[in-house]
Amino acid sequence: MMSILEKLSFYFNYPFVRYAFIVGILIALCSALLGVTLVLRRFSFIGDGLSHVAFGAMAVAAVLNLTNDTPLVMVITVASAVLLLRTGQDTKIKGDAAVAMISVGALALGYLLMNIFSTSTNLAGDVCSSLFGSTSILTLTVTDVAVCVVFSILVVAAFIFLYHKIFAVTFDENFAKATGIKADWYQTVIAIITAVIIVLAMNLVGSLLISALLIFPALSAMRVFKSFRGVTICAAILSVVCASAGLLIAIIAGTPVGSTIVASDIVAFVVFCAAGKLAGR
Amino acid sequence: MSLLTCENLSLGYEGRVILENLSFSVNSGDYLCILGENGSGKSTLVKTILGLRQQAAGQVRFGDGLKQREIGYLPQQTDLMRDFPASVWEIVLSGCENRCGMRPFYNREEKERAENALEKLEIANLKKRSYRELSGGQQQRVLLARALCASERLLLLDEPVAGLDPDAAAQMYRVTWELNTRDKMTILMVSHDMVCLSYATHVLHFGAEVFFGTKSAYQREFLK
Repeated sequence: MMSILEKLSFYFNYPFVRYAFIVGILIALCSALLGVTLVLRRFSFIGDGLSHVAFGAMAVAAVLNLTNDTPLVMVITVASAVLLLRTGQDTKIKGDAAVAMISVGALALGYLLMNIFSTSTNLAGDVCSSLFGSTSILTLTVTDVAVCVVFSILVVAAFIFLYHKIFAVTFDENFAKATGIKADWYQTVIAIITAVIIVLAMNLVGSLLISALLIFPALSAMRVFKSFRGVTICAAILSVVCASAGLLIAIIAGTPVGSTIVASDIVAFVVFCAAGKLAGR
Repeated sequence: MSLLTCENLSLGYEGRVILENLSFSVNSGDYLCILGENGSGKSTLVKTILGLRQQAAGQVRFGDGLKQREIGYLPQQTDLMRDFPASVWEIVLSGCENRCGMRPFYNREEKERAENALEKLEIANLKKRSYRELSGGQQQRVLLARALCASERLLLLDEPVAGLDPDAAAQMYRVTWELNTRDKMTILMVSHDMVCLSYATHVLHFGAEVFFGTKSAYQREFLK
């Protein structure tokens, strides 16, 4: 019987385990940063909606027999994100209804397409893994990792560069617009970044669980911290810690990666709730 | 020369015109009280002046070198803001954002400006507090401090005393009056509360007919 440490060092000899760690941590970091503004703008379900769109787009890509489906999935998801987040207020169908509609619509059509046109012998397995991301995190190629690293650096840089603008636009869009901040432009940037993160995160936790990566760290941080900066930094750190813990546990205990990470996010949320109560906030 | 002139404005939303041929002007140092029932077009006028909404017809002009983005706006509070995790300092400082342009961080001058705004509204002691823990009156002061950061000359306050208890409302009025008389700021205040008449110099009233004129003319005509 190997000790846990030996078991871990044994696993870390495999490049695919190291890749999974790098990608997991980067995606957790990026999604937590964005999650803060999404939760505060009452767009918690955007992750759900967009990831289902990405699932639908993957089905289309499969039907078209594309070998590399990422560009198509990325384009479709980004377009949906821009539509959903930008026209949130002045449309006939209100924000939450539009998200719900696109979310379930894309899920249903995606599954339908896969069912009708699929050539795979294990359809249920394919669907399950794209919904829950069960195995794809462990089959990452060097290119996947490189793409993820580049995008993550871009996202973090954009977030730091636009931090004060994002705060102004999130807290009070009308005031921001009135003082000449191009709020629509920043909303679009946030929408595009969100979509990119979601497409990347599908490998990690699958399309059903992405919302958890976006919202749990932000919600946990809000229980305890009371400034925007505090919440943002805490969410980022917490998300990375939970993702690492989830990945380690998944490797040692052989549990599914995505749901283990989400479970550790839930545990952290409960802890932070209790801490917030104790601190009297 | 007037600071703000509205000429033959027609206001409306969703294709429905609610006000036509509205003309008025505001001079530097005025305290204009905008009165009217709910739905009479007060908020639409505010959004049009700020450039958040396109007017159906007519013109909004700024004079004396004032730019549209240099209006200090105090919006009505939204649910989203009430439980927002932000410190007072973060919110007040965000009023300086229109000075930054593409620069990603605030410079020393902007931080000083925010400090001054806090001092002026006597909320420097709340600087590190969280916005969501404050009372309604304190929250309004924070938003007013932010508006002061954004503007030197013109404040546009949209129902600043709505939802405040009488004490907090009276304080809010006193603060705006001080800004008007001591700091020579021009003030446009939307209200449906006649109390603001005690501080105003001019009145714009949306009713069956639109009235615009000095306070004394308004009192002669409507409050005999």
